Amino acid sequence: MQVYADNAATTKMSKKSFETTVSYMENEYGNPSSLYTIGQKAQEALVSARESIAGNLGCEPREITFTSGGSEADNQAIVSAAEIGIKKGKKHIISTEFEHHAVLHTLDKLKKRGFEITLLPVHSDGLVRVGELSKAIRPDTVLVTIMFANNEIGTLQPIAEIGKLCKEKGVIFHTDAVQAVGHVKVNVKELNIDMLSMSAHKFHGPKGAGLLYARKGILLSSIIEGGAQERGKRAGTENVPAIVGMAAAFTESCENMDANYQYVKGLRDILIDELSKIPHSKINGSVEKRLPGNVNICFEGIEGESLLLLLDDKGVSASSGSACTSGSLDPSHVLLALGLPHEIAHGSLRLSLSEYNTEEEVKHIIKVVPEVVEYLRSMSPVWKDLKEGRKEYVI
Amino acid sequence: MLYSDKVMDHFRNPRNMGTIDDADGIGEVGNAKCGDIMKMYLKIDRGIITDVKFNTFGCGSAIATSSMATEMIKGKSVKEALMLSNKAVVEALDGLPAQKIHCSVLAEEAVKAAIDNYYEKNPESFREDLFRLEDDEDSCSSGCGGCSGCGGF
Ligand SMILES: Cc1ncc(COP(=O)(O)O)c(C=O)c1O
Ligand SMILES: [Zn+2]
Repeated sequence: MQVYADNAATTKMSKKSFETTVSYMENEYGNPSSLYTIGQKAQEALVSARESIAGNLGCEPREITFTSGGSEADNQAIVSAAEIGIKKGKKHIISTEFEHHAVLHTLDKLKKRGFEITLLPVHSDGLVRVGELSKAIRPDTVLVTIMFANNEIGTLQPIAEIGKLCKEKGVIFHTDAVQAVGHVKVNVKELNIDMLSMSAHKFHGPKGAGLLYARKGILLSSIIEGGAQERGKRAGTENVPAIVGMAAAFTESCENMDANYQYVKGLRDILIDELSKIPHSKINGSVEKRLPGNVNICFEGIEGESLLLLLDDKGVSASSGSACTSGSLDPSHVLLALGLPHEIAHGSLRLSLSEYNTEEEVKHIIKVVPEVVEYLRSMSPVWKDLKEGRKEYVI
Repeated sequence: MLYSDKVMDHFRNPRNMGTIDDADGIGEVGNAKCGDIMKMYLKIDRGIITDVKFNTFGCGSAIATSSMATEMIKGKSVKEALMLSNKAVVEALDGLPAQKIHCSVLAEEAVKAAIDNYYEKNPESFREDLFRLEDDEDSCSSGCGGCSGCGGF
């Protein structure tokens, strides 16, 4: 049995999104900047995609700038806020320790340009404390950028309270909502979000399309120079097929959100209940304030990459925050931010479900994960030390 | 694929996995912080490694290099085993990704640590010169500080 359980990494395109995308590659392939009919048809498609997405996000169409995805939107949001800060003499930005690298690395660059960055802790439950944010905001704070939902542990941040606080204090609030939109309700006006990043491939849309929402009044700086597309805020011929595919996928996700949420959460809760029975395991991050599809669990005494390779042999595609999947010797910064010791963080497993997963698939996961964990423990010198009392269990 | 077929074969079907209760030499290297720990058990009879087993906590290549290293020293003399280099292990596995060379360094060191332990317990066998191989060509550049390849210890 093949089980794709890595929907936080990317998703399979929905049939509707796929067909829409392909038809714009095959038939309506004109350049939206061209005056003739097929160009104008592409232009119209962009207009209606923008309108439909704006409707689902609760904003105006002109507040949306299409980008190549979540990373670009994060980069542009932060760089734009920084430019605004420079003009106002405000060079302090607040974020969190467990943001996506698209945010953290952009902030690192700003540090070199004289910005001061405060990274809030996310505690063992993977949640930011609004009180701590409030204390961290200074007169020279220009931007607060806090992700809506974390990509590894799925924890949902108190976005409404953060939005309200930032509004009161007159600070720009950006949220990387790449993991959240299409899965939980996001209305930028109700939540007082000034800027938001999203990416189509996380909700059954195509890869390489995303957008940056920026509230009217927030001046965006372009990070790609060239033509006058996207009102001069993002040069480059629009990726029309992917953008219309994104709009189709987003509409579908929003229409079915409640049903999908209940269904996926049901499957997810079975996984959490069953996998938690494995001795010396621990679910990472709050279970209550969490995306419906996310399971992140650590198993003491084993290492994540070998776990993933063996699961792959048994047909399960999953992910891990172990060092080996990060390309360095350090395990994921997200798990370390939760205060987990390195040796525990190395043994993490992330399973992320979507509405395309079935109960049979979940049963398969529940069958194979304990087998693989037990096998790896049987060859682990760390596990032997724990079992024979030469070392204390951490979890 | 990230790994060669050989690596995957040794990862999926590790040779000599396990422990030896009455081992003549035991060596443990690495640390859980950097994600790999290898423990090597040797049975030595008149200078010949008659049996070898390993336990490993680590990634796919840590398990595969442990397995390959045990296969390469089994039945060999202690002197020959001391000459095992991480490079030879990597070659025998048809190569490893650059960031995984670290694991092969650990495998070489696990063998040496087990032999050191054997010499400690059997000082009379320590007559032979210790061949300390300092070929750093293919050494670990990860900077983990957990293996000599990093210039650690
Ligand atoms: C939270 C978060 N932000 C940003 C990104 C980057 O999005 P994209 O792959 O569209 O650039 C991802 C996905 O990898 C993500 O999970
Ligand atoms: Zn090293």
